Amino acid sequence: MHFLEFEKPIAELESKIDELRHLSDGGDINIADEVRKLQDKVDKLLRSTYAKLTPAQKVQVARHPNRPHCLDYIGALITDFTPLAGDRLFAEDRAIVGGLGRFRGRSVVVIGQERGHDTESRVRHNFGMAKPEGYRKAQRLMQLADRFHLPVVTLVDTAGAFPGVSAEERGQAEAIAKSIETCLRVKVPIVAAVIGEGGSGGAIAIAAADRVLMLEHAIYSVISPEGCASILWRSAANAADAAQALRLTAQDLKELGVIDRIVMEPVGGAHRRREDTINALGNALEDALDGLRGQDGGSLRHGRRQKFLEIGQKGLG
Amino acid sequence: MNWLTNFVRPKIRALVSSKKDVPDNLWHKCPSCEAMIFHRDLEENLHVCQHCGFHMRLDPPKRLAMLFDPNFQTIELPKPIVDPLKFRDQKRYTDRLKDAQSKTGRPDAIAVAHGKIGGHAAVVAAFDFGFMGGSMGMAVGEGLLAAAKLAVLQQAPLIVVPSSGGARMQEGILSLMQMPRTVIAVEMVKEAGLPYIVLLTDPTTGGVTASFAMLGDIHIAEPGAQIGFAGARVIESTIRETLPEGFQRSEYLLEHGMVDMVVHRKDLRGTLIRLVDLLRRPGPGAEVVRLPKADSPERHMARPMPAVIPGGVAEPPRPD
Ligand SMILES: [Zn+2]
Repeated sequence: MHFLEFEKPIAELESKIDELRHLSDGGDINIADEVRKLQDKVDKLLRSTYAKLTPAQKVQVARHPNRPHCLDYIGALITDFTPLAGDRLFAEDRAIVGGLGRFRGRSVVVIGQERGHDTESRVRHNFGMAKPEGYRKAQRLMQLADRFHLPVVTLVDTAGAFPGVSAEERGQAEAIAKSIETCLRVKVPIVAAVIGEGGSGGAIAIAAADRVLMLEHAIYSVISPEGCASILWRSAANAADAAQALRLTAQDLKELGVIDRIVMEPVGGAHRRREDTINALGNALEDALDGLRGQDGGSLRHGRRQKFLEIGQKGLG
Repeated sequence: MNWLTNFVRPKIRALVSSKKDVPDNLWHKCPSCEAMIFHRDLEENLHVCQHCGFHMRLDPPKRLAMLFDPNFQTIELPKPIVDPLKFRDQKRYTDRLKDAQSKTGRPDAIAVAHGKIGGHAAVVAAFDFGFMGGSMGMAVGEGLLAAAKLAVLQQAPLIVVPSSGGARMQEGILSLMQMPRTVIAVEMVKEAGLPYIVLLTDPTTGGVTASFAMLGDIHIAEPGAQIGFAGARVIESTIRETLPEGFQRSEYLLEHGMVDMVVHRKDLRGTLIRLVDLLRRPGPGAEVVRLPKADSPERHMARPMPAVIPGGVAEPPRPD
């Protein structure tokens, strides 16, 4: 388990527990008692720490390497998953994975950003930073869903769209713009979930959805706190100030009327109890899809556009 | 060049002289070739350097005057909530806004006007780079939605002239939400069957390029304009790639298929008039007989379709 800086006191207690367990092999009653006390302390500390995470700490949790990623959710929630590849124009971009599958009984199209979990997979998925071909693949899959009247589930987890010469050359901006347009055009339900980091244009490209869910400690922002700090404070060292000012937490976004629902994570964050997190998101996705069932395509699309038009119109200030 | 001599020049002169009776700066330095240009020559050349052809940025009044026929009207735009995040970096966002407002005399970074272009009704939305880098926050989003609604109301083409560094960070996620919101504005215009033309000017980057600015029916770019998604510095620092010559310039985008044409400022108005005329006045030979929509009741009434004669003239069905 990878521990974050602010989790150090918890890590120390847990290693103490490990040591004690190792010593006794469970036979010594005094040690077992001590372990129980320490475990109690850990639980309390986790609860209190995670109840009042600062925005900067949430940024770390959202990017935690052990946090479940897109393919973990797909693996656990989608049966008969059949990945589909390529944009039919240039290439296959593994930063965006997607395909057909069955989610709790219904056929769906799933699209999401995958960051990878070790060096090899991170490189293969380009750290979850998609190029134009990735966003064009997303468009293709949304159109496929539209053609066969299947709901779309998107899983958002990216630092942002890939910033590189090749991406610019092939029209990164156009690909993102068209991807947003496709989200807003299809006549099937779209549910988006921000599972980790919702990085700017690269995130909204697949998140202009009927329902936008967000995990409790995920973040969603117009710019990374580091990027914002280096521009407005002229120093990336002010990233924590920027994280605060940008209002990028799920709680902020709910208050601002940008997301529809916060999905609670287990105490200690998604990375501590991955399975529970995945199931919690699965339940929330199912609720959202159920809520969108039975609407005709036209009114669904109208409602989706209306929802975005209403953002910022009321309840602020 | 009638419009230029008869209208634009006096209009621009009027704009300049309204600010200050005696311009204290009679000479301007070209930011590209550093030549000193006499202010009257600059105005005459639509703020294009006569030595090197560098296109300087235009504020909305100059841009609108350059594109429209005389007597266009700038509309008042909706006023969204100011500073929704109570954002503060080293400076308060509200102070930055006030500074920009007093510098430009504009409430935010966009102006919307309607009028005629070569006799055709048109709505133009022009960005002001001088207002916080033309950044897109709620006011700009609202401005584009207002422009789209006006275009639909008047059954007029929408021409948008972005000049923007991207999203306005100080409005956080609400500025990001202007990406889908402005895409919806574009959809309104497109679904009404009206032309949507984007005139890309220096610079058009970030969330602005990645939303309404890359969805035009036609993309025109001014020469040498920087157009792209990621900033050159971001690319250099994060990916450590060296940037090719002319990277993210209009001509580069033309080569890579992202814009239809790169047009010198002096030819912009003429080009727009020609395009709008071609799209809006198709002539009898090109008229398409519209069939009733798939879901409209007429379709089910099994009425005999009128015969269509080449040339577009429909003849009513004759009894046998
Ligand atoms: Zn020059």
